[in-house]
Amino acid sequence: MVGHFFYIITVFLMIAGLFIIIARGNLIKKLVGLSIFQTSVYMLYIVPGKLVGGTAPILSSQYTLYSNPLPHVLILTAIVVGVATLALGLALAVRIREAYGSIEEDEILARDHAVRATEAAKEEYA
Amino acid sequence: MSNDLVLRVIGRLLIPFILLFALYVQFHGDFGPGGGFQAGVIIAAGLIFFALTHGVNTVRKVVPDWLVETMVASGVLIYAGVGLAGLLFGGNYLDYFVLDHNPVHGQHRGIFWVEVGVATTVSGVMLKIYYMFASRSGLED
Amino acid sequence: MSLAQHLPALQVVLPLISAPLAVLLRRGGLAFVIVTSAAWTAFAIAITLWLQVDTGGTISYHIGNWEPPWGIEYRIDRLNSFVLVLVSGMAAVVLPYSRASIEREIPRESHYLFYAMLGLCFTGLLGITITGDAFNLFVFLEISSLSTYVLIALGRDRRALTASYQYLIMGSIGATFIVIAIGFLYLMTGTLNLADMANNLSAIKSTRPVLVALAFFTVGVSLKAALFPLHQWLPNAYTYAPSAVTALLAATATKVSLYALIRFYFTIFGDSLVFDKLPLPEIMLLLSLFAMFVANFVAIFQTNLKRLFAYSSVGQIGYITLGLSFDSVHGLAASIMHLFNHGIAKGGIFLLVGGIVATLTTRQGIPPAPTFERLAGLAKQMPITCFGIVIGGLSLIGVPGTAGFISKWYLILAAMEKGQWWLVGAILLSSLLAIAYVWRFVEVAYFRAQPVDQVSRGEASLSLLIPAWLLITATIWFGFDTSFTVGSALDAAHQLMRSAR
Repeated sequence: MVGHFFYIITVFLMIAGLFIIIARGNLIKKLVGLSIFQTSVYMLYIVPGKLVGGTAPILSSQYTLYSNPLPHVLILTAIVVGVATLALGLALAVRIREAYGSIEEDEILARDHAVRATEAAKEEYA
Repeated sequence: MSNDLVLRVIGRLLIPFILLFALYVQFHGDFGPGGGFQAGVIIAAGLIFFALTHGVNTVRKVVPDWLVETMVASGVLIYAGVGLAGLLFGGNYLDYFVLDHNPVHGQHRGIFWVEVGVATTVSGVMLKIYYMFASRSGLED
Repeated sequence: MSLAQHLPALQVVLPLISAPLAVLLRRGGLAFVIVTSAAWTAFAIAITLWLQVDTGGTISYHIGNWEPPWGIEYRIDRLNSFVLVLVSGMAAVVLPYSRASIEREIPRESHYLFYAMLGLCFTGLLGITITGDAFNLFVFLEISSLSTYVLIALGRDRRALTASYQYLIMGSIGATFIVIAIGFLYLMTGTLNLADMANNLSAIKSTRPVLVALAFFTVGVSLKAALFPLHQWLPNAYTYAPSAVTALLAATATKVSLYALIRFYFTIFGDSLVFDKLPLPEIMLLLSLFAMFVANFVAIFQTNLKRLFAYSSVGQIGYITLGLSFDSVHGLAASIMHLFNHGIAKGGIFLLVGGIVATLTTRQGIPPAPTFERLAGLAKQMPITCFGIVIGGLSLIGVPGTAGFISKWYLILAAMEKGQWWLVGAILLSSLLAIAYVWRFVEVAYFRAQPVDQVSRGEASLSLLIPAWLLITATIWFGFDTSFTVGSALDAAHQLMRSAR
């Protein structure tokens, strides 16, 4: 149980993130969920790579136990990707707010439908 | 916040040290934790801190938009250029061993320039993201 | 060391360099020249690599001279040399087209960004295809996806923003699922090199983490490839993106994801795991049939031409996965062929539709949606464009003489091999649905009278027509001369099935 503690956290974060993405209609909250979801993956990689008492793998006569650096490097890349995704998502949310005046998914959909209805009415009239 | 005198003065005092620390992290990356990514973020953080206390436009005068975009692009080019240098010296792409007669020194040289590229791009991207959001203040409510 | 040995690296690096150069130059015209020449060079490299693989067998290139499995390896075999030709070829056709196409669709000051993003997008797609390293695959996947989100958001309609946002959420979930799968595989095998991973996996094939990895990977890639029922992002994204972007995406993005699926199924997991121990063939067969019928059926009722062909893409992806589910050489070959044949046909169609949108657009105006009301009697004004769309449509249906027929023929052949005659019927029946939606366009464009108040429009400009017709001609060419497509696909299928057993 204790040995699996970190995996339980990982799974919890994963499910929580996915749940937020699915259940929330607010575009910013969805991005928060996405970030939490991605964070769980960082845990998934980092936890098995870390040895208790292990140090950074910079060779030295003082240490014999090193952690595996590869997962850390991979996750550094994944974090960069996550940051880029988040920044792009937020930028889109800002522009959606400017174009629609809302960041609630249902309101945006309602506005699109309203526009479509007036367009159809206009074409009928013409 | 930008009118708070204490913040403005301390901010101004701290900037050189933040940038210096960034350089330390950058060059110490060979011997300890650190490297271009962290240094780039610290450089950007220093400038963003300055922007928070003195307003975005003050920083824009020092680091204008075209410079930020150039940083983003040139960092990637430096990285790719190191890779191509490996080709020119007769190795594979991104081969550092051939960059110097001594392969270990070659590694050192290759990584140094790659880190320079990374730091340039990362600080550029961070500033670009900050500018992008900070300049959109025209929203009501 | 000659340059020819470094072609695998240059294949990805040249487009990669073109993107920051485009940003540095900050001028639409110069950026266009740089990225386009990178695309053409990439196309030439891809053809050279295809020839090298054809004569010399699998190529392995070690990035940074680190031996695999420690370093990143670029590994080119029959399958990905074929996909590389498709991706770089499409980029080489779409880029010259985009210059005239974005003139009215994108504000002039962001043209250089458009080209930079297009360069990054096909860098990522080429990277996914060429790499032999699992994590590298994820990184390239994200490079292509992030630039795709930006490209879609450049569309002028505000719905482009929501489409891009929706795709960003779905795409990121898909990509994260893929990293989770790669993480599990890495934990179980201790390596990221695909070939090495396949070796280490053979002993621990049906352990639970490997099965979990298989599940995560399948769902993640299906999201990216818009496999039914995970296709929700696709119609909006294709409809509201700038025309050139739609064509590039339709022809390459989903295809490359499907390539990744094939690569992982046959090279890493091996078909004994995928097809014998789990009910995946049944699931895939079912989902493919749903895609073929539901998506094609929905396509018939669309009023926007771009959206109609977007739904048709979802349907066509069904044929590709249907071929996979047979688990036979012919089925796999049919899938690989259809990747290519559908890519060029759909790319050509979307380029021509883009030409229609461009002529509908007034100066400085927002491009109107190509709805059927606006297209009435179009064939009189734009005969060449309409004829091209009809030929592309015939390829989607699978009429003999077009490329689409060849891949459907092999698909039917694979079904008959398995003795599943009802599937032959299903394939033919779903083609009838394709006839229905292509006929809708024909009916509107050729037989409906042009509205009286409509200003008369001319044919699309030559710079839009020539790239589009290149692809349309290619669909006819590959309908008759099948040595390249069928040959490569069969070779690739044989190679994959050998390695999978």
